[in-house]
Amino acid sequence: MPLHFELVTPERLVRSEDVHMVVVPGSEGDFGVLEGHAPFMSTIRNGELAIYRSGMTGEPERITIEGGFAEVNDRGLTVLAERANTPI
Amino acid sequence: MASLKTLKGRISSVKSTQKITKAMKMVAAAKLRRAQQAAEAGRPYAQRLSGVMESLASRITVGPESPKLLAGTGASQTHLFVVCTSDRGLAGAFNSNIVRAARRRADELMRQGKTVHFYLVGRKGRAVIGRLFPRQIVHQHETGHIKQVSFGDAQAIANDLIARFNGGNYDIAHLFYARFQSALVQEPTDQQIIPVPMATSTGAPAGGVTAAVEYEPDEEEILATLLPRNIAVQIFRALLENAASEQGSRMTAMDNATRNAGDMINRLTIQYNRTRQAAITTELVEIISGAEAL
Repeated sequence: MPLHFELVTPERLVRSEDVHMVVVPGSEGDFGVLEGHAPFMSTIRNGELAIYRSGMTGEPERITIEGGFAEVNDRGLTVLAERANTPI
Repeated sequence: MASLKTLKGRISSVKSTQKITKAMKMVAAAKLRRAQQAAEAGRPYAQRLSGVMESLASRITVGPESPKLLAGTGASQTHLFVVCTSDRGLAGAFNSNIVRAARRRADELMRQGKTVHFYLVGRKGRAVIGRLFPRQIVHQHETGHIKQVSFGDAQAIANDLIARFNGGNYDIAHLFYARFQSALVQEPTDQQIIPVPMATSTGAPAGGVTAAVEYEPDEEEILATLLPRNIAVQIFRALLENAASEQGSRMTAMDNATRNAGDMINRLTIQYNRTRQAAITTELVEIISGAEAL
């Protein structure tokens, strides 16, 4: 079950792909988003985003993000971060 | 008839000008590629954000205590024009196009009896706007030291703007910049940034957001962080588009200049050669007639 996930910063579109689950550091606690999540909007705190590509097994990719917010709607999860530290 | 020496001087001067314009064109082309990439990379964020803003704004009922940045002050008397220009000239009509768009709008509003103030970003707008609307420039933001526009720069401008708004001096803010379409076309754009333009209800909202959305912490708080960010993002986007437009415009202008210089060199060279031939012919005639007279 893929979840469409997008991570965007003002400078560029960092990630746009289908993944299994993403754990987002929300301002009131981390939350995981899977396919079919209810519409949801939250501000985020500085922290690490964990992207699980294939199931819960395997090491997730971690991206440090700062400030911004996350929106979940029927098209997937969009994280609008102020800064994202990734190689590439 | 110009003398051979002055013609030669002119040819070499046009040639050196051509070298400069050619170099500037190459530099602009190289910079354009990077600026264009940056501008295009910045678009998704601005689009997503305005999408979210619209869907939020449509679900929140505007009341007297809603934030000013969203609802405005209810009046439309004092306008603040944020005019983004470049710091350098020699970019064709790039700066004058932006300034002209702002000026036309300002004239229109002032005819309706509104007050217009200018907030300039970049150096090149100052001369014209300062002459036409003296004492209406409230601030000039220097961008001369910036090589590559970063979000922090835009945020600084946004914070300054928001502070001015919260001071209650202005009702509406417009943003003027040139939207980059291609190296040949840059469109001067007038965008209202404060208050947030309400989505004119075009049928169903995008994505059919009918389900109740959960907010964390809550709507107001999200809105409070979102509104200033939206302003910063719109400004950031304008700066990126402007940077790309400037390079595109400069590239085109310098390409034209190089071509014109080439034409001029050809014309001058022909004139030079004709003059030289004429001089030789005159000399020959003098020698021959001198010899015959002997």
